Amino acid sequence: MTKEKKILLEARGISKQFGGVKVLSDINLDLCTGEIHALLGENGAGKSTFAKILAGVHRPTRGQMKLNGESVDVSSPIVAQKLGIALIHQEPISFPDLSVAENIVMGRQVGGLFSRVPWTEIIEEARHYLDMLDVSIDVTRPMRGLSIANQQMVEIARSLASDSKLIIMDEPTAPLTPREVETLFKIARRLREEGRTIIFISHRLEEVRMLCDRVTIFRDGAHISTDTIDVISDDEIIKLMIGRTLKKYMRKHKAKVGEIAMEVSSLSLPGKFENISFSLRRGEIIGLGGLVGAGRTDVARALFGVSPAATGQITIGGVKAIIDKPADAIELGLAFVPEDRAGHGIFSTLSVEHNLTATIPDKIAPKGIISRKLEKSISSKAVDDLSVRLASLRQPIVELSGGNQQKTILARWLLTEPEILILDEPTRGIDIGVKAEFYDMIGDLAAMGRAILLISSELPELLSLCDRILVMSEGRVTAELPRESATQENIMQAAVPRSILAA
Amino acid sequence: MTLVRSILLRREAGILVMIVLFCAAVGFYKPQFLTLQSLKIILLLTPLVMIGAMAQMLVLVARHVDLSIGSMLGFSAMVVGLMYREYPDIYWLLGFPVAIFTGAILGLGNGLLVTIFSLPSIIVTLGTLSLYRGLTFIISDARQINRSVIPTELKVMSRTSPIFDIPWIILIAFGIALMTFIIARHTQLGRQIYALGSNPEAAPLRGIDVTKVTLIVFTLAGALSGLAGILYASRWGFVNPSNTGAGFEFQVIAAVVIGGVSINGGIGTVMGTVLGVLLLGCVAAALPLLGIPGSTQNSIYGAVILIALLIDRSVRQGGIIKRSGAIE
Repeated sequence: MTKEKKILLEARGISKQFGGVKVLSDINLDLCTGEIHALLGENGAGKSTFAKILAGVHRPTRGQMKLNGESVDVSSPIVAQKLGIALIHQEPISFPDLSVAENIVMGRQVGGLFSRVPWTEIIEEARHYLDMLDVSIDVTRPMRGLSIANQQMVEIARSLASDSKLIIMDEPTAPLTPREVETLFKIARRLREEGRTIIFISHRLEEVRMLCDRVTIFRDGAHISTDTIDVISDDEIIKLMIGRTLKKYMRKHKAKVGEIAMEVSSLSLPGKFENISFSLRRGEIIGLGGLVGAGRTDVARALFGVSPAATGQITIGGVKAIIDKPADAIELGLAFVPEDRAGHGIFSTLSVEHNLTATIPDKIAPKGIISRKLEKSISSKAVDDLSVRLASLRQPIVELSGGNQQKTILARWLLTEPEILILDEPTRGIDIGVKAEFYDMIGDLAAMGRAILLISSELPELLSLCDRILVMSEGRVTAELPRESATQENIMQAAVPRSILAA
Repeated sequence: MTLVRSILLRREAGILVMIVLFCAAVGFYKPQFLTLQSLKIILLLTPLVMIGAMAQMLVLVARHVDLSIGSMLGFSAMVVGLMYREYPDIYWLLGFPVAIFTGAILGLGNGLLVTIFSLPSIIVTLGTLSLYRGLTFIISDARQINRSVIPTELKVMSRTSPIFDIPWIILIAFGIALMTFIIARHTQLGRQIYALGSNPEAAPLRGIDVTKVTLIVFTLAGALSGLAGILYASRWGFVNPSNTGAGFEFQVIAAVVIGGVSINGGIGTVMGTVLGVLLLGCVAAALPLLGIPGSTQNSIYGAVILIALLIDRSVRQGGIIKRSGAIE
């Protein structure tokens, strides 16, 4: 970085709200020509939202952008493309049934709808850009069936074809093998030499260090710092990424820990997680920490039989358990509150009552026919126990707030009288007030002798609730921290993947 | 082009093989099936379905479906028939623009309902299937347009032409297939229809005007149904408010699906669709020859659709297996 670089893009006061939730506040950032700029932050720090605003996918609630000194309004992805801004998604957006060549040129056609498609030119152009990237893909084949790495190459070729000056790569290396990562880096460096600017979003510090010139850190939707990569250490970066303090309303909970409820040994599912072992005792809360994509949810899904592990063993109550489908897991006393509430948790068209009793048909219909009286008494007790706020049991569940929906899901599982509860991000998208209630509830459940596995991306949540914390990174457990010695720092240290080239 | 061709051709070659095997089997029992005369019969059975199939192919590729094309055919045919009845001296060729325009208006109606209210096309066109059929009864006072009303020149089109004596309607049908091929393969519109059906979420992100493309697709389907409507009057010499075009959508969907057009959008070729139409034509021509009563024809069509869907499904799953293999 000897010579002074020209500023390509200035972002000033960029803010974004989704509904009532503020995800970005007053972001100021300058990007220079010919630099690779890393954008770091925890899950939900606002990196992807910022990238999408630059690329015209979202419009900022407030704020301005200048490109080469001129004010621009990036109102749509097409405008972004015309301005030379390209966003490469982690899972590339493409048209699987169209040819590679068409995917490269799509969006830049000239002429009206009834004008001719210049096939020869399109194919030649596509070949030209893929040659520039040194990748050999038959441009006439359909996108469907291309590896993720090659799909990314096609996306990069697309950004070159529209002569992009700013290329944003959102976690491009996550699905790639080390060799593909190297190829990508080589290309990124060449693009930098050509004077293009790259924003590189990643969780992997080592990659950032290898590739990037400057690094910007976001936290909770705010810009925290921008530094040259040489002047900042890994530890400083991690500290800046978390930098949160324990909130007051959380208190440490201590239940009596009893005998082993579940033992998991060397559970593996290729491509998802490897060699997961732990034991969970009655009254114990084990936290599963790590970044999104570390494989935590996959472990939970395997334990619950949604997509079972390939190898390894699960022992419940001292007996080897075979869990091939969720029904097996329920039979064995497991309950699973999934991460994606809308997709996997609730029956959105049904009432609160029917949501509650969906898992216990036998209890409400002892003779095969549903007893209204029984159904009502069981569900109203369940609702009272967890103090779900609602107008009526017959209300559609979607009318409840997120927190109360989540309570309903938990109440439903408690009706099956589970011994072991798996909670996947149970407080995501829930108001602070209801969150506090949830923490009490989780503590109470443990105190009643239940074993709890809590997946959470919120470090304070893990630190205050759990007896032990397992940290996962890239499908493996990288740390097991007892409550006494766990800190935000050492959880993040274990969560951030560092050595990608080791493989 | 080699890989795309070879993959798609495999599917199309499959249909061709099915046609050959079917004809060989029927010809084994009834040698007269393998004559030029029966080729003419087969080809005469196909023009209306061919035109409808081209319309439906574009709709399906865009990840929609149009169940109302039979009713649009019926309504357009009726409008033209009424015109011929009320104005016997009108220049007969005027029936073509009138039928096509009528169909286009009906198709535009479908498109507007789908786009403005973002309703699923299967529901919209199920509604207009009934609505347009009902309107046909209303405008015709539930009375048939008789043979005497249809201009002779129009009826002659189904019998001959100056070109090798091949009936005009067959030439028109293949002309429409050629036009559809050009639209699908060589115009921006065509590629955008494929893109839209292949990934509806990504389409607007890549600058595709989804509303416009959808409206054009449904309007085109209506216009082609209108054309099929006047050709119906030419072929059969009458227009009946309840029969004309009834069940047409099923034959068309059967032909299109057999031809390898995916009901999940994005996939389908004109060549495959033409072959699908011809296969159905062969089946239809062989039934009477084999002494199978016409009353079982519908159940045979139904069975053929189901078999074709099962083939489509296994082809798709094969694709998915290949895909995950490629990732590893």
